[in-house]
Amino acid sequence: MMAPREDTPPATAGAATGGAAATGPDAGPEVGPDASTGRRDGLRPPSWLAGSFLLPALVLLGFLVVYPIVYTVVRSLLDSSGGFTVDNYSGIFEGHSNLLAVRNTAIWVVVAPTLVTIVGLLFAVLTERIRWATAFKLVVFMPMAISFLASGVIFRLVYEQDPDKGVANAAVVAVHDAFSAKTAYPGAGPRAGAAQPLRAEGGAVVTSRPVTAGSTALLPLLRVKPEYLPAEPVPARAAAPPGPGRITGTVWFDFTRGGGGRPNAVDPSEAGLPGVRVQAVRDGKVVASATTRDDGTFTLTKVPAGPLTLRLPADNFTAAYGGAEWLGDTLITPAIIGAYLWVWSGFAMVLIAAGLAAIPRDALEAARVDGATEWQVFRRVTIPLLAPVLVVVLVTLVINVLKVFDLVFVIGGGDPNAGVLALQMWTESFGGGNDQGAGSAIAVLLFLLVLPAMLFNIRRLRRERK
Amino acid sequence: MTAQETARETAGGTAGDGSAGAPRRGVAARVVGRIGGGAVQAVLVLVALFWLVPTLGLLVASLRSNADNNSSGWWTVFTKPSQLTFSSYSALLDKPDFVDSFWNTVLITVPATVLVVLIASLAAYAFAWLEFPGRDWLFLVVVALLVVPVQVALVPVAKLYGRIEFGGFQMFGSITGVVLFHVAFGLPFAIFLLRNFFAAIPRDLLEAARMDGGSEWTIFRRVIFPLGGPAIASLGIFQFLWVWNDLLVSLVFADTDAQPMTKWLQSQMRQFTGNIDILAPGAFLSLIVPLAVFFAFQRYFVQGVLAGSVK
Repeated sequence: MMAPREDTPPATAGAATGGAAATGPDAGPEVGPDASTGRRDGLRPPSWLAGSFLLPALVLLGFLVVYPIVYTVVRSLLDSSGGFTVDNYSGIFEGHSNLLAVRNTAIWVVVAPTLVTIVGLLFAVLTERIRWATAFKLVVFMPMAISFLASGVIFRLVYEQDPDKGVANAAVVAVHDAFSAKTAYPGAGPRAGAAQPLRAEGGAVVTSRPVTAGSTALLPLLRVKPEYLPAEPVPARAAAPPGPGRITGTVWFDFTRGGGGRPNAVDPSEAGLPGVRVQAVRDGKVVASATTRDDGTFTLTKVPAGPLTLRLPADNFTAAYGGAEWLGDTLITPAIIGAYLWVWSGFAMVLIAAGLAAIPRDALEAARVDGATEWQVFRRVTIPLLAPVLVVVLVTLVINVLKVFDLVFVIGGGDPNAGVLALQMWTESFGGGNDQGAGSAIAVLLFLLVLPAMLFNIRRLRRERK
Repeated sequence: MTAQETARETAGGTAGDGSAGAPRRGVAARVVGRIGGGAVQAVLVLVALFWLVPTLGLLVASLRSNADNNSSGWWTVFTKPSQLTFSSYSALLDKPDFVDSFWNTVLITVPATVLVVLIASLAAYAFAWLEFPGRDWLFLVVVALLVVPVQVALVPVAKLYGRIEFGGFQMFGSITGVVLFHVAFGLPFAIFLLRNFFAAIPRDLLEAARMDGGSEWTIFRRVIFPLGGPAIASLGIFQFLWVWNDLLVSLVFADTDAQPMTKWLQSQMRQFTGNIDILAPGAFLSLIVPLAVFFAFQRYFVQGVLAGSVK
């Protein structure tokens, strides 16, 4: 994973420095190894020199990283008047928005790294044999260079609720409408009152009196909104008398513009309603169905004898499907994780692809010669050999996910349903909360959560040194 | 499908049974492989589109008027290209706030990158080639600091900066404060990356320079720094992108005079739909520089990713 290090200098620094102090401090950095100190000592620069090389880094790290860690730990245990308290910690798990942040952080840590690693692995494997793999990798890797703020703006646009504006819902609605019947007339219904030919039943509209095969039915609807009428309405027409075993009828908008129409009768200026689904029902079972034509007429065929009910099912009248509420209470965290996936998949893909390239071809060929299928080779040879890389990717992503702030801040727009600990820390200490004890406690909690990753890094380093 | 792949697949097909019928199986495997390959290509094309469409959406939205953006989707430009206009960009570039924030981003990013490279390479050289007591132990501390979340330092450093004040200069809210914070938090990764690279420089080269009488400072300048080129390039790009793209640090430490583009854009976010004509071109301008850097130096960028886990 790291740069080659065959020539790592000896790690026994402590033992070697004893004799290295021969060159006095007055020698100055510009004075090289000279004859008086001898060749051997000349090759070992004095240790105070190392100090001067390290000084700027150590000063900055000390003042801006190490000291703040200590300060934050102490501050998290103090109340506003300086007394000792653990309330800052118990406070993390109290209150609606805090609990949501804890829950969401748990979701993030479990879901996001796993998802990103799986997607990265998939892409790395699929691109292995593709000629334009470099171009593909470049496209997927590109969001890594973009700020979370810009990605946030990008995904606010993608997740826009209105399917006419947000591309996500435009796609969802297009797919939905391709697979399910389109809503015809949201809000329309029968005339209110007793002794009407139609009545509402649940969301559907049914005939009040039984209908038998061979008869003609009139099904008048009201409250049809103008925007759902056909652009050029065809006048409704009374249906032709049916043959045996059939029912004909008309579904129309029983409303004459300017008044004067007769209720429940087809008047010349009244519009037929095309595309309404009509069902013949007996004992709750659909025995025949049809869809109305442009003039509102329909014909049900192969209708069994005996009394039936005609039903206009509810999906004729429910509101048009508007897509998912991406930024609503329940979907907002998954939606932001989706944006995170978009940003970070390239990272996982590139690391895993490098790991794949490093797997010796011999091992794979040997398995193939032994008669293993491609899947078996992948499952039993590739994945085990890739495991160290996958672990590094997962650990890196977990650390990163714990710190995710900008993306949630921008896409969530302050919605507590999107909140995570890293954002809550800022909100508590700076963004209006002004409670630095509470903020410090959250920061310490985040720090504790990355500690295992820190130990993992140190162990990895030690192992590689040996 | 390339020749090698075909060859590999044919080999795989024939190796499976090894009987007289082998060639026919090979052809069958090749046909299946070709169809499978086609499906994989189709899926990857779809995925690539999936990755491009969001950014394309931002670009197109930035080139439409607010009225258009609020009444129809950006994809309608493909049927009505007359919607395209640069008016949002010219209006944005006329805003002094935005232009100032752009220069602030530059004034923060460039020093923060240069300083990290300088300070970290000095330290990395010491860790790799100088001997001093506690070297390994200190390096472990640096590695441990790799993963420290910035959140841990926000409150104390804000307090610390609040106390630094002289001659009308206030650390809190200043560009200097933001730069130093970025440098400090960039150092662990930078030292880690460079030390590993420097340590791989052949020992003979250094000893030869030392025997020739070069001081450590000269060796650092003449031997290590030039040889470390690729690693320094990776590091520089990473640090540049981190700082350029940062929001949190400037949100806490930069006041309105020192705010970078990210913070300024964030302040316009309250009215998202109403401000699309500011946010879309602003976000696009803020991502065009990192994107250019990425495409120009992607080799080093990928090397940097591979050289160690990202903080």
